[in-house]
Amino acid sequence: MSTAITTEERAQDWRGRFRHTNYLNADYGIKSWLLTKDHKRIALLYLITVTFFFFLGGAYAVAIRLELMTPLGDLMQSHTYNKVFTHHGILMVFFFLIPSIPAILGNFLIPLMIGAKDLAFPRINLLSWYIYMLGGGITFWALLIGGVDTGWTFYVPYSTHFSNTYVVAAGLGIFINGFSSILTGLNFIVTIHTMRAPGMTWFRLPLFIWANYATSLIFILGTPVIAITILLIALERVARVGIFDPALGGDPVLFQHLFWFYSHPAVYIMLLPSMGVISELIATFSRKNIFGYTFVAFSSIAIAVFGFLVWGHHMFTSSQSVYAGLIFSVISYAVAIPSAVKVFNWTATLYKGSISWDTPMLYALFFIGLFLIGGMTGLFLAALGLDIHVHDTYFVVAHFHYIMVGGALMGYMGGLHYWWPKITGRMYPEVWGRFAALVIFVGFNLTFFPQFLLGYMGMPRRYHAYPVDEPLWQVLHVMSTAGASVLGLGLLIPGIYFIWSMRYGRFAPANPWPATGLEWRTPSPPPTENFAVTPIVTWEAYEFRPIEEMVVEGPGETPDQPAAPGHPTQRITPDTIKHDKE
Amino acid sequence: MATHTAVGAEHGGEHAAHAALAHHFDNLEQQREAGTLGMWVFIAQEVMFFGGLFLAYLVYRMKYPDAFMAASNHLDWGLGAFNTVVLITSSLTMALAVWATQVGRAAKTQVLFMVLTVVLGLVFLGVKAYEYNEKYHSGLIPIAGWFDPVGHGIPMPEGVTVGQYQMFYWIYFAMTGLHATHMIVGVGIIIPIMIAAWRGRYSPEYHAPVENFGLYWHFVDIVWIFLFPLLYLLGAHFGGAH
Amino acid sequence: MQLPLPQIRVPFTPEQASTFAGEVDALYLYLVAITIFFSLTITTLIIYFAIRYRRRDPGELPRPRAGSLPLEVMWSVIPLMIAMTIFVWGASVYFRLYRAPQEAMEIYVVGKQWMWKFQHTTGQREINELHVPLGARIKLTMTTEDVIHSLYVPAFRVKTDVVPGKYTQMWFEPTKAGRYYLFCAEYCGTNHSGMGGYVYVMEPTEFQTWLAGGGSESAAAQGGKVFQERGCASCHRVELGGPAGRGPVLAGLFGEKQTLQNGESVTVDEAYIRESILNPQAKLAAGFQPIMPTYQGQVSEEQVLQLIAYIRSLSTETQSGGAGTVTGGVSPTTQRSNPLAPTAPRGANANTNANP
Repeated sequence: MSTAITTEERAQDWRGRFRHTNYLNADYGIKSWLLTKDHKRIALLYLITVTFFFFLGGAYAVAIRLELMTPLGDLMQSHTYNKVFTHHGILMVFFFLIPSIPAILGNFLIPLMIGAKDLAFPRINLLSWYIYMLGGGITFWALLIGGVDTGWTFYVPYSTHFSNTYVVAAGLGIFINGFSSILTGLNFIVTIHTMRAPGMTWFRLPLFIWANYATSLIFILGTPVIAITILLIALERVARVGIFDPALGGDPVLFQHLFWFYSHPAVYIMLLPSMGVISELIATFSRKNIFGYTFVAFSSIAIAVFGFLVWGHHMFTSSQSVYAGLIFSVISYAVAIPSAVKVFNWTATLYKGSISWDTPMLYALFFIGLFLIGGMTGLFLAALGLDIHVHDTYFVVAHFHYIMVGGALMGYMGGLHYWWPKITGRMYPEVWGRFAALVIFVGFNLTFFPQFLLGYMGMPRRYHAYPVDEPLWQVLHVMSTAGASVLGLGLLIPGIYFIWSMRYGRFAPANPWPATGLEWRTPSPPPTENFAVTPIVTWEAYEFRPIEEMVVEGPGETPDQPAAPGHPTQRITPDTIKHDKE
Repeated sequence: MATHTAVGAEHGGEHAAHAALAHHFDNLEQQREAGTLGMWVFIAQEVMFFGGLFLAYLVYRMKYPDAFMAASNHLDWGLGAFNTVVLITSSLTMALAVWATQVGRAAKTQVLFMVLTVVLGLVFLGVKAYEYNEKYHSGLIPIAGWFDPVGHGIPMPEGVTVGQYQMFYWIYFAMTGLHATHMIVGVGIIIPIMIAAWRGRYSPEYHAPVENFGLYWHFVDIVWIFLFPLLYLLGAHFGGAH
Repeated sequence: MQLPLPQIRVPFTPEQASTFAGEVDALYLYLVAITIFFSLTITTLIIYFAIRYRRRDPGELPRPRAGSLPLEVMWSVIPLMIAMTIFVWGASVYFRLYRAPQEAMEIYVVGKQWMWKFQHTTGQREINELHVPLGARIKLTMTTEDVIHSLYVPAFRVKTDVVPGKYTQMWFEPTKAGRYYLFCAEYCGTNHSGMGGYVYVMEPTEFQTWLAGGGSESAAAQGGKVFQERGCASCHRVELGGPAGRGPVLAGLFGEKQTLQNGESVTVDEAYIRESILNPQAKLAAGFQPIMPTYQGQVSEEQVLQLIAYIRSLSTETQSGGAGTVTGGVSPTTQRSNPLAPTAPRGANANTNANP
């Protein structure tokens, strides 16, 4: 950015430390972190643990891909392989994808974006993290002592009567972890309702807030159901109570209904916040207001609501009735429309914008492309007659990886780059950032596109070996594994330069991009209570102004930390933020 | 932390002095609103939590109507009705406790109503424990190896298998057990509130904890209002054999 | 919606070896076309905009734009309409997949960790291999002894879960002789990926030879044996005429309506017979005492299926008096479920009657 040199000088003292008091240097010591009630610090705690689980889950993915390079199960035994894909699924779904954007970026940004000092319940927020740690710890322990081999879907009666692995321990971890999601969702909903700054009306909210609000609704209404379902599995295993056991009159398909009632909306838990991030990125990097703001905002809510009505499309082959199948199919098409509306609106926003190709924008554009393919292949799966053929094949695997990795992960990476200057007060290296984004994009497609073809050709999922006399299958699997290696390396690059940038990155100005959100009108990194004075919002969402007005200069200027002599003080124009006389 | 002195843009002055105001709220009104909404959202979550079990009840009730009726007949609807009355009364005393803090009655009055609520809650739990014990002695604990009503002199009616009978008891224990857990948690929460009330912390100006706890307590009460007819009255009403 | 597409071999698709394959592939191609169209359009637009409107000057400030209601309506309604065409097409294919024809060659399937057991009504039993004749309609009645499995034949584009405690059905009509993969598609434990084999589609004549080579008793005959071994005959009479025993007469029962103790009535089908064996008091036939003990855990799923075949044979015997050999197709007049099995029920019946 052009203001780099002055920013450097203004931001640091002669020892290279931040000149202004912010949430990072307000207090030191391990206790100040573990007992913090500051949403920004809690977000960083999540960032560390979620990243750990992500790389752990990634390691399992590597093992899966290595095994499938050859048709024979020669790298590991089938029992081990089953555990590996189960662990991959459990870690990635419950401990990475679900908490990633809400608990890290949402936690950090929601109060900043709406002009609040913190979330409504800071203690509960910290408690959420500890619950997450406890749940994650128990599940991790279950994996260490022997693991679990039921698949992340825990289908009965395999999980209740036949698996002799640590189902109860892993389930307990997921059960506990659920409460972390519930409390986070509760906190978000209450915060968004009650803590908005004066003038921050609902339709001035950034779309990231809308997306997180919709996500929180799912947290609140969906997570309890999976919690009780997993509890039932544990009881069935321990006490043989028979609720899913056909021998005692139970119905194993009931489990699938309960499971997917949560786990389908859970897909939107992963996707919606990512869509929120993309809306922010598209607006900022094309310097335009989002086309059809209200439609994009309400499409999030529509997705959350419709998302609860389509769970049965995971069960077209499960012997549910043909009419149930029809209804679930038609509603699944209905839920596709709000997603399509978002894509069209994003594209329309680009029209006659001022588009810069910074790393976050690259992720945003990649997101749209990958989400398109992921979403469109969802239509294949919702088509009843076709789903019979591709259900439980690699087609499904490819589809949901396009949504979860191509969608959720791209949004997460884009968001992390975009807000990294705000979070750490440092810039990441832009060239490396673009390079890594490109590598990830290429690697991702190479990994998962062949799986669509494999799936349609009939390769079932969760197979540890496949027919030897199908050379084409192996070719595609080898391509996929090669792609996974590229993807894995691509993901390591940001891991390295993010850590590097925390010490050596350029100091970030308050509004490096520049963007319009409230989070950019406070120093980078923000002070503990976010704003020196509570802002009063008098502008619409994504209302871009001439660059001189947008650049909030002087990251260090809070009332008790005057700027370095010889530098201009904070230049916030009177019509953007009104100072309170208090 | 650094900027505790920074206060809200508009409403900074009026309530800022109140000891109960958390640093990140602008004023008590906002804080109360947040607390109440939080409790409502929590209750929404609870509804879904019980919802899974209600769904299971519905599915198996429709699948095995005879077994459910017969098994329900073995529950003591008298005790169930007694407990219903106890719980409704405790809701009343809780409402009175909220009222007492709202209008600023003496700390003693506030605490009295809360104590009554706790006592009634404990009576409910006591009756529940008695019932559970009775089920244990009738071989109706739905755990493999323990469940043996026939061996304890409860005949299976025609067309009803032990497995189906067990299904009812399993749902009965899951639902009432989860409900009782909520009661126990409730009693655990009200004790610190009671102590705070004794120390005179609550006033017409600030009584959000009492009010929110009241919401929780009423919710637990309402769940029981659903459980009682579904579990106890089902057989007495249709089978009439009690 | 039978399009003329099925003849084209689409790349990256499995062999088309059943009547469904062409239909499913046609739907697939339709969806692929839609996907390519939308992906290309949007991607091209994005790339074009990203280049055309790239930021040339750091101070640029594009004019803000309000949304446009007509546009929003257009791009909600058009995709919805396209989606509905997919839905209707998908549903119509599904209906045909779902509704098994009345007259079809019946094969019983039991899934078990980790093998597929097939039983032809003529008695041949196979494990992980299934021989079927070309051009016949084949209906699988399936259950499992343990966990949920899912029978999947990619070349036929069919798949159905196999659920413990109930019967599920699946049908297909092979159109091409050959050997095709047979998989378990629902994760079922350690050796899930090993739970599969081949479906052999044979010319009808070859299939007859294959059947003859098996030389084993028909399913009904095997069921008859189970019937004797378990002492079922002491209560259930198997020939028409004369008074009932302590249980209902089984001859001529299959496919009929049975009045129950509570006044309702139920069609005697596979599921009802299975339930009556495993949980006899659940739907008690009118006029009988609830004295039958449960056979839960005493007969295996395979034996239950054999018993069903046996009870079924008692009806076909009394109604149509024998079997006609119908190859590959349907004769609307006959109640026979097995167009290719000439002699099964007679032998079974003889076997039973020998020891009343």
